[in-house]
Amino acid sequence: MVDTKVCLSGLTLDNPIIPASGTFGFGAEFSELYDINILGSLSFKGTTVESRFGNPTPRIAECEGGMINTVGLQNPGLKAVCEHELPYLASIYKKPVIANISGFSIEEYVECARVMDAQDNVGIIEVNISCPNVHGGGMSFGVSPEAAAQVTKAVKEVTTKPVYIKLSPNVTDIVSIALACEEAGADGLSLINTLLAMRIDLKTRKPVLANKMGGLSGCAIFPVALRMVYQVYEAVKIPIIGMGGVSSAEDVIEMMLAGATAVQVGAANLKNPYACKEIIEDLPRVMEKYKIISLSEIIGGAHA
Amino acid sequence: MKKELFTIRSNVKLTDDVYKMTLNGDTSEISAAGQFVNIELKGLYLRRPISVCDLNGALLTLIYKTVGRGTEQLSRMAKGETLDLLIGLGNGYDTSKSGNSPVIIGGGVGVPPMYLLAKKLISEGKRPIVILGFNTNDDVFFENEFRALGIEIIVTTIDGSYGLKGFVTDALKICGDYTYTFSCGPEPMLKAVYNASETEGQYSFEERMGCGFGACMGCSCKTKYGNKRICKEGPVLEKGEIIW
Repeated sequence: MVDTKVCLSGLTLDNPIIPASGTFGFGAEFSELYDINILGSLSFKGTTVESRFGNPTPRIAECEGGMINTVGLQNPGLKAVCEHELPYLASIYKKPVIANISGFSIEEYVECARVMDAQDNVGIIEVNISCPNVHGGGMSFGVSPEAAAQVTKAVKEVTTKPVYIKLSPNVTDIVSIALACEEAGADGLSLINTLLAMRIDLKTRKPVLANKMGGLSGCAIFPVALRMVYQVYEAVKIPIIGMGGVSSAEDVIEMMLAGATAVQVGAANLKNPYACKEIIEDLPRVMEKYKIISLSEIIGGAHA
Repeated sequence: MKKELFTIRSNVKLTDDVYKMTLNGDTSEISAAGQFVNIELKGLYLRRPISVCDLNGALLTLIYKTVGRGTEQLSRMAKGETLDLLIGLGNGYDTSKSGNSPVIIGGGVGVPPMYLLAKKLISEGKRPIVILGFNTNDDVFFENEFRALGIEIIVTTIDGSYGLKGFVTDALKICGDYTYTFSCGPEPMLKAVYNASETEGQYSFEERMGCGFGACMGCSCKTKYGNKRICKEGPVLEKGEIIW
């Protein structure tokens, strides 16, 4: 019998598999297909204070081994999320969830965190400072250590729940941002968000996406994500949720060896709605194959 | 929604770039004309959404146009090969509001879903008139299948090389007292029908999709009643809610 349990800031997860924000909505579509209570946790759709339609369409492009999206944080807004989405989510998913929040100002992040702090089924607050698809917000906080620290500090002041900062890979030195967040009081880090990318249509000779550029996800980015998790693990003491192209139980173990305590699965859910279920069911077999008795013992195992 | 493996029974060319594929599998989740399936293809990250053309027990008919890598790959597949499909996607057409003599309008690659819709309306005892619009004679497909349903069919071609010369809206003018319109086709055609028709109606839209089942918000659009996902609350929208 293998042990898949991991612990994130005092929260014990049955397994390290968490659907990534923006690829799982609020769980409803997937709960039609399988009992989502098998998930370690669930990071719900990025929420902002005001409702957002997001960017113009087309919002989706494809490439070898991945996809590029420029959804632009479409969400019904903080109030609707707390009044409608979270109570429904609580009815289909009985474990604590991860509240993914975003903002265009420090005040907006603080307001989202303050309200999420009062939600019973929220176990962790994941602060997205890395959305590549909205101008003037999201990523602008994630590309400077000072701004990242400022958001972290401000959010920490209004919540007693663990705060995880979701980092952008679109920076010259992700370690410096990670360190700044840790120093400012972050309880953990989520990495990576999508990589800024684009496609051009040969027929029209114009960008495929209406917004020209978007965020690359899918298995194509896995080695980049793995490398960044590895680097950040070397530098920080707080737990890391690793993500970026994770598509199999083997990827999960590789990500954990690099230093992730838990792992988020993103684009794979869109390609195969059973992705998380299949990974969870496959984990014990792969653990046995590589003689892993307890998953929590392999975290950071690739480091000297 | 359901994820099912289907086996290809046939895959034949109808015109230069339009193919008809029949597949065998569990179709029980498909509940309405105008719904679509999302097909996984080897080597391609995203699935490809294709509308349901016909349904006969376990036999599913899809008609698709080769427009890129995915549909080209699909066109090269042969009998006996299997495909992983997400089925029962989208809302489909609601036939309860159509009255007794609705007009069904399909333009180009928007023609296929109208076949199952026509069959559904006929089974409800209604007498639909079908308008099929194409660019030119060489593009015309599925006319005989529609004619075999025993209802009035008007084919239009823009260059007049076959049937009535002009647009589907030119055919709509000679349809007499119709009670409703159902349309599927390129957006300029939908808009022309929207402006020309005197009745309520339903319009099926297309958008680039990520997942096809409502999770990624890749295909959202604004309507008079709030944001909708083309893949989930659509692809069929009612005339009264459309914002162009």
